[in-house]
Amino acid sequence: MKNYYTKKTIQRFLEPKYFGEMKDATGVGEVGNPRCGDRMKVYIKIKNGKIVDASFQTLGCAAAIATSDVICEMIIGKTTKEALSITEKEMIEKLEKLPLVKVHCSSLAIEGLKKAIENYEKKED
Amino acid sequence: MKKNKQKIYLDYASTTPAGESVVSAMIPLLQKDFGNPSSLHALGQDALYAIDEARRKVAEFLGAKESEIIFTSSATEADNIALSGVLQKEKKAHVITSVIEHKAVLEPLNSSSAEVTYLPVNKEGVVKVEDVLKEIRENTVLVSIMYANSEIGTIQPIKEIGAAVKRINENRKKKIVFHTDAVQAVNYLPCKVNDLNVDLLTISGHKIYGPKGVGALFIRQGIEISPIFYGAKQERGVRPGTENTAAIVGLSQAVEDLQKNMTEKTEKLRDRIIDTILSEIPQTRLNGSRERRLPNNINISFKGVEGESLLIALDQKGIAVSTGSACASRSLLPSYVLLAIGLSHEEAHGSLRVTLGRMTTEKEVDYFLEQLPLIVERLRKISGK
Repeated sequence: MKNYYTKKTIQRFLEPKYFGEMKDATGVGEVGNPRCGDRMKVYIKIKNGKIVDASFQTLGCAAAIATSDVICEMIIGKTTKEALSITEKEMIEKLEKLPLVKVHCSSLAIEGLKKAIENYEKKED
Repeated sequence: MKKNKQKIYLDYASTTPAGESVVSAMIPLLQKDFGNPSSLHALGQDALYAIDEARRKVAEFLGAKESEIIFTSSATEADNIALSGVLQKEKKAHVITSVIEHKAVLEPLNSSSAEVTYLPVNKEGVVKVEDVLKEIRENTVLVSIMYANSEIGTIQPIKEIGAAVKRINENRKKKIVFHTDAVQAVNYLPCKVNDLNVDLLTISGHKIYGPKGVGALFIRQGIEISPIFYGAKQERGVRPGTENTAAIVGLSQAVEDLQKNMTEKTEKLRDRIIDTILSEIPQTRLNGSRERRLPNNINISFKGVEGESLLIALDQKGIAVSTGSACASRSLLPSYVLLAIGLSHEEAHGSLRVTLGRMTTEKEVDYFLEQLPLIVERLRKISGK
């Protein structure tokens, strides 16, 4: 049986570990994909310069949900600078691959993270 | 792959499996009766006879003459031949169609030099007969309105439009040609061309439990259709190319097998699904008219859920459905049909299409209705909406 998505993508989509609102987040970023209409919110908690927790809320396709989950997992334990250096390619590798038309979903996650970090930094100033 | 994975196909508007009698009818034409219908020897003449028989069956179903039926490679080709075939010799022609037509109608019109009026539909997804009449001009040569919509299942007043156009034609020197794409209607709605007063009508093989790669076009006697490509004189030269004998015979068998008694059973299952979803899952809406609707079509939008994720989650449970969400299209654009009936991008984003078929059982519907609310709830938790 051929599947549109890889097993890893389906697994992430069916059982994401990092979804949900974070009440005590120190940074929140909300982005919308103007092309397909997906919406994503990224919550981060930063302590001593490091991201200690992350979560997301995503209204979007299976790829958008899976990449949201991937980015949360990847940024926990990283400094904001390290987190911002994560590329689409690195995220997609975690899912093995994405259909070509879905690659833009991973950039939505990166945009969401950027906004969350900006939001945190604004509060710090 | 999981063991005992259920396979529940609820996407019959996309395509249908070929019936057993269809497959049995096709096989001889691929093997022992492989002759070319243009050959004069017995093998060829047997193939020609098979096509003649197929034409007779399709003509009978449509209440047409055998000479009024041509076979094509698909409904898309039949639509293209119908539209471009009428427009090719016309200069400064005007055409009336609707915004919710299939791409096989919209695209040939978009690329033609004709002036095209795209009629809107109301919130129910229905074209008004008065709107068609209002737009008729001196240079109007063609009206093309689909019989039933594939996405939202709404049934258009074809008979009424046909009668109105016929009346208008009585006082016109240059007659207006009326085409309907009846691909989605054939399974459930009456298709006698003289009752509908249509001049051109398109049908497809694979939507009616026939094979893919074959369609048919009814061309009323006296309507002039130019070919859109050229070759020998098969199908009266309107559609040249050696006939796909097996598929043509398969299509005619599918037409013969159309089950008249399916409508009521299918409607009951449809109504059960619509009622259950609308009453048990909050923040849902039915897309398209409830009354003027194909017996097998359900199209519902779920707030706070995206349709592609819903489709993928259902697929993981062995249930095959469809969606009008931008995320599921190659163009990343939401369904133009859903936007045309007034849905916001967000509402189209959360749409799900379920289409029932001949094999759909009460049990399959039970399972679908059991899984759906759980998936919607989970996806709403993830979206936080």
